[in-house]
Amino acid sequence: MDLPEHFFRHETGRITATLSKIFGLQNVDLVEDATQDACSRALEVWSVRGLPENPSGWLMVAARNRAVDILRRERRNRTFSTEYGQLLNSEWTISSLVDELTDVSAIKDDQLRLMFSCCHPRLPEEAQVAIMLHYLGGLSIKEVAQAYLSGLPAVEKRIARGKKALAASGTLFDVSQRSDFEERLPNVYRALYLLFSHGYHGGSQDAPVQPLLCREAIRLVAILLDHPFGRTTEAYALASLMHLHAARLPSKMNSTGELTQLFDHDRSKWDREHIQSGMVLLASASSGQALTEFHIEALIAAVHASAVDVASTDWNTIVELYNALLLLNPSPVVALNRAIAISQAEGPERGLDEIAGIADAARLESYPFYWAAQAEMFALLQRSAEAKSSFEKAHAMARNPVERKLLEKRIDDIGDLDVG
Amino acid sequence: MSEFALVYRAGDEKLSPEEMQVHLKHCLDWFKDLLDRGVIKDPGVPLGPTGSVVVGRQGTVHDGPFAESKDLISGFTLVEVKDLAEAIEIAKTCPVAHVGGSVEVRPVQACR
Repeated sequence: MDLPEHFFRHETGRITATLSKIFGLQNVDLVEDATQDACSRALEVWSVRGLPENPSGWLMVAARNRAVDILRRERRNRTFSTEYGQLLNSEWTISSLVDELTDVSAIKDDQLRLMFSCCHPRLPEEAQVAIMLHYLGGLSIKEVAQAYLSGLPAVEKRIARGKKALAASGTLFDVSQRSDFEERLPNVYRALYLLFSHGYHGGSQDAPVQPLLCREAIRLVAILLDHPFGRTTEAYALASLMHLHAARLPSKMNSTGELTQLFDHDRSKWDREHIQSGMVLLASASSGQALTEFHIEALIAAVHASAVDVASTDWNTIVELYNALLLLNPSPVVALNRAIAISQAEGPERGLDEIAGIADAARLESYPFYWAAQAEMFALLQRSAEAKSSFEKAHAMARNPVERKLLEKRIDDIGDLDVG
Repeated sequence: MSEFALVYRAGDEKLSPEEMQVHLKHCLDWFKDLLDRGVIKDPGVPLGPTGSVVVGRQGTVHDGPFAESKDLISGFTLVEVKDLAEAIEIAKTCPVAHVGGSVEVRPVQACR
């Protein structure tokens, strides 16, 4: 028997959530230690004895025992979560209480509660995402730093700040009160969205795509959808857009490790299972009146997913959807994507007009694909000198070697066009 | 043929959960290979990190864990091989030694 992929990572998140419920968030350091100890034990025992019948159960019991151990030893010096503090103060109630609290059915909710705790409104979004990845996702601080291309000290600081906010809340977020739940929900959406899009767009050195973060976001949004209050049309839309974009990940990089644009994707590599899930979720998302940004982004992705190639894509619908998105979120990046869609629907000249008309375009000048999009339109119009100079501007703004390579290839293509 | 004990100390390097999974796979593969080669005399037992130390005639009892965790013996295995050199070669391939831990190779003392 083999362990499921990412077994320790996911179990760490589960155990951390459950132990945080017992110890309280002010003791999250202690929780981390107990969890880490349990995993180390597992390594030592399993490597000699082989895997147990139920590895998850084994690990939870080991963590529970370690927790009881620590409790007995340190009880006097610690304050516990108010939720269980009273009971933890009696030697006699500790064992049975911990048994009860590590019951499988209770664990599912714990993860959601920890997720909500991490999305604390007083924390900057990047800190929310960092502690979510660390505590719930089981990524080490080093791994979080790698994913975000930040220095270790910066991420340590972010997590320390998050830890402080968690400690201040003491108990895990209470997900049983609808009004509290709904008040915190937008933060949770936002953090999950940021987590996913960082994985999808990357923009970091050497790693323009980080499937790990996308998978983690998808796993967490599924936990949200498991809770009755979490099953909002917006949450379904968020989950849908994640799946529909994740479907494209296998073709975002080609076989030689080069970044490819949507237009050049080998669509036969798109993940049908993700598309299927995305479509089902989209249907659930469309059951109400709400039309959020997530809905529109999911709908755009669904139009792409339904088209066999670029030419047969329903670009008019995509333009409509971008019009709607621009009303909800009048950002220059959305305007640029709309212009690209218009170029497809009505021709490159119209696309260039739209780009010229983008309000606040100055904010796009450091974005390589702002220049690349114009370059592509010039190229279609056979205006190769302008195409070339735009590609060169894009190249100067490229954020990683993979983007640079993609743009160099396009500059070469234009050169060939001149000669030919 | 001679018997040697491989004594493991886990070290204090902290692995991330993802690294643990890789490490566990290496350990299981390593152990299986030794079993297949028939050099395992006794797989031994893993030892827990807690417990007590009893010292002196008075039977003074100290609580574990002992000293520093990196000094802690986490388990042992008995192997039967040609000589010390072969036992050392086996220890060198032990994944425990590759992640900050150590493997002590000790001959099992003959009684006659």
